[in-house]
Amino acid sequence: MSVEILSRIQFAFTISFHYIYPPLSIGLGLVMVCMEGMYLKTGNKLYETMTKFYTRIFALIFGIGVATGIVMEFEFGTNWAVYSKYVGDVFGSALSAEGIFAFALESGFLGILLFGWNRVKPRTHFLATVMVTLGSMFSAIWIVVANSWQQTPAGFHIVGSGMDARAEITDFWAMVFNPSSIDRVLHVWVGAFLAGSFLVLSISAWYLLHKKYIEFAKSSFKIALVIAFLSSWAQLFIGDRSAKVVAHYQPAKLAAMEGHFDTSAPAPMYLFGWVDQQHEQTHGLSIPGGLSFLTYGDFHAPVQGLRATPIGDRPGQVNGVFQVYHLMITLGTLMILLTTVAAFWLRRDTLFDKPWVLRIFVWSVLLPQLANQAGWFTAEMGRQPWVVYGLLRTSAALSEAVKAGQVIFSLILFVLVYIGLFALFVFLLNRKITHGPNWAAEEMHSSMHRDMAEHFGPTGETAGH
Amino acid sequence: MATFLGLDYATWWYLVVGASFSGYAILDGFDLGAGAIHLFFNKEESRRTALNAIGPVWDGNEVWLVIGGGALFAGFPKVYAAVFSAFYIPFMVFLVALITRAISIEFRSKEPMLWWRKAWDICYCGSSILVTFALGLILGNCLLGLPIDKNGVYQGGVFDFLNPYAVMVGVTTLALFMMHGAIYLVMKTEKRLYTKLTIIVKNMTIFFVICILLLSFYTILYIPHLSHQIKSHVWLFGVPVIMVLAIANVTRSISKQQYLKAFFSSALTISLLLVIVAIELYPNLVLSSLNEDWNLTVHNASSSEKTLRILLTIAAIGVPLVASYTTFVFWTFKGKVKLDEMSY
Repeated sequence: MSVEILSRIQFAFTISFHYIYPPLSIGLGLVMVCMEGMYLKTGNKLYETMTKFYTRIFALIFGIGVATGIVMEFEFGTNWAVYSKYVGDVFGSALSAEGIFAFALESGFLGILLFGWNRVKPRTHFLATVMVTLGSMFSAIWIVVANSWQQTPAGFHIVGSGMDARAEITDFWAMVFNPSSIDRVLHVWVGAFLAGSFLVLSISAWYLLHKKYIEFAKSSFKIALVIAFLSSWAQLFIGDRSAKVVAHYQPAKLAAMEGHFDTSAPAPMYLFGWVDQQHEQTHGLSIPGGLSFLTYGDFHAPVQGLRATPIGDRPGQVNGVFQVYHLMITLGTLMILLTTVAAFWLRRDTLFDKPWVLRIFVWSVLLPQLANQAGWFTAEMGRQPWVVYGLLRTSAALSEAVKAGQVIFSLILFVLVYIGLFALFVFLLNRKITHGPNWAAEEMHSSMHRDMAEHFGPTGETAGH
Repeated sequence: MATFLGLDYATWWYLVVGASFSGYAILDGFDLGAGAIHLFFNKEESRRTALNAIGPVWDGNEVWLVIGGGALFAGFPKVYAAVFSAFYIPFMVFLVALITRAISIEFRSKEPMLWWRKAWDICYCGSSILVTFALGLILGNCLLGLPIDKNGVYQGGVFDFLNPYAVMVGVTTLALFMMHGAIYLVMKTEKRLYTKLTIIVKNMTIFFVICILLLSFYTILYIPHLSHQIKSHVWLFGVPVIMVLAIANVTRSISKQQYLKAFFSSALTISLLLVIVAIELYPNLVLSSLNEDWNLTVHNASSSEKTLRILLTIAAIGVPLVASYTTFVFWTFKGKVKLDEMSY
């Protein structure tokens, strides 16, 4: 395989793995802010237990998120040196802003969030929780801004030519608020809220099914369901806006998302289907005029097809883009249905009597995760063959000094480490959930036994989070 | 070229990048060092105490790596591209070690089994050593100069990074961080572990002094371009003199058991070592060993003036913010480590 394909696989693999965790941190952070806020307001110990329990899960997620996130910053330089030279002037300032305004904020206050319970006042601790959550949301802003600039570049001009060509910033705010930034930040935020709230829903549903910690689980479920319900509906509108931005600025990407080859009016919208890229045809079930309506609010408006774009400038994997995009839409729809029905039953007080619904909720944690991944694959595969849309091709962005053998070495290393890491993550998350929210209290109790046991040699400890 | 207080913007950003690397070395330096000496502690209680001494802050310390990396990317993209693609293998090993280390700290406490904890202790210690050594190795190679062509593209072999000088710098960095970490731990511990650390601190200091002496002599004798600036500007000689005094003060404070003073002295040592590096390299960032005209300098490798202005604004707003809450966090966790239910 070529260095290009290997480097693309490595970047896709490392960033997809990383992207399991930040949305969970953001979403879980929001849930924790709600819980701790309720605790401060009501003084009810149940909310404190909830906050502490989810803090422990948060720590696990956050740790992996940070550890795997640093990889990307380095990969720009190691694998994509030409890209780094080309965009450094523009992209670098967003990345620096992320480090200093967002990442420093969340990592700084994380120590207090995790270890500060007995060291600071409850209000200060709440402040730390809010700061960590805000920090992770600010992180999303700057990272998505940097990515959006690659999708819809603005606020720059090109200087030099050939090997020396690079983008130079002309207007910082135009770069930050490039045409797709705001919609995409909102889209990512809400996707993160869904990831976090569905994790809480899943854990709570599992407790309810197993008749454990009933009060705790019902209360957590309700808080998370409110967030999940509002977010899944909000995502419908935000996602629609994002698609309109794509239609306007990256017509070839939109055409690939819908497998739309001929510029036609009315343009159909597929519910599901299959793209035959060779014969430039799409087969499947479609709503006539649906794409025209969603893009321009008119069932008869023409939508640009892929044939309007030269073959060399089209995404290489049209069917891939089509499938991941439709997967995202389907999952989004499922989340709306699920949360709406659950909210309805919750109002009627019958939700917790339906074990089959709870069973669905246990597995529902996968919905937002898959949807988030599918969304990013749509965005990134749809942008090909460009790394900076219309300006720099992915194939030209590589490091010239790096050989295929080196990338194979690092790719194998990452695959092995990440597989192990993921197995450990699932194992530990599972253990934490089965240990349950009262674990902290039990630990305090067992630590007394431990002190006695120390006289009889090492027995191992149960303390720690 | 526009200037601010007599210095052009590129030089200002050179100072900012240098300061962030210094900040990283001082802050992550002590928790990496604490990791590197972790296996010297035998008892479970001691290992937990040592881990919890860095527990609330190591993550915040690592932020400086991200900030430093981002600062280099934004301010000197050509340098970022040249150095990172040249040292592909060491950087990948560094990254994997960094991940392993973070995970070891987080995962170790999650299960009570003895074998589980011992395995993570070994991972934690090993990866801390590897991270530190890799950083030193890369720094050593940068000091020597790289075979880069006129486009900043590395022309050397895949394993050229393994050379005696770079290994020496790597070992010295390790010794420095181990000393720095031991001093930090001795401040944060009490009773038996404290007594044990007072001995470790002394040994580490001796180890570091031997390393830095050897490295200095080797550099002065065999790598003339690294002492050129100081030799030609007599007043700059003050910098290594202050560094020697700082090292002397580390040993003096340790023997008087004034560990806070020792800590600040070793932090000063770290930053002065980097100041010497900065003085000797300036105005170059990366020396080309193929042709002097191909050196990447502060001026030919920097971003546009507009970007540098934006970056300096970001730094001017951001650094005081970061400094204030970093201080707040360190203040919150001041004093000796106390283990409780939320500890590692």
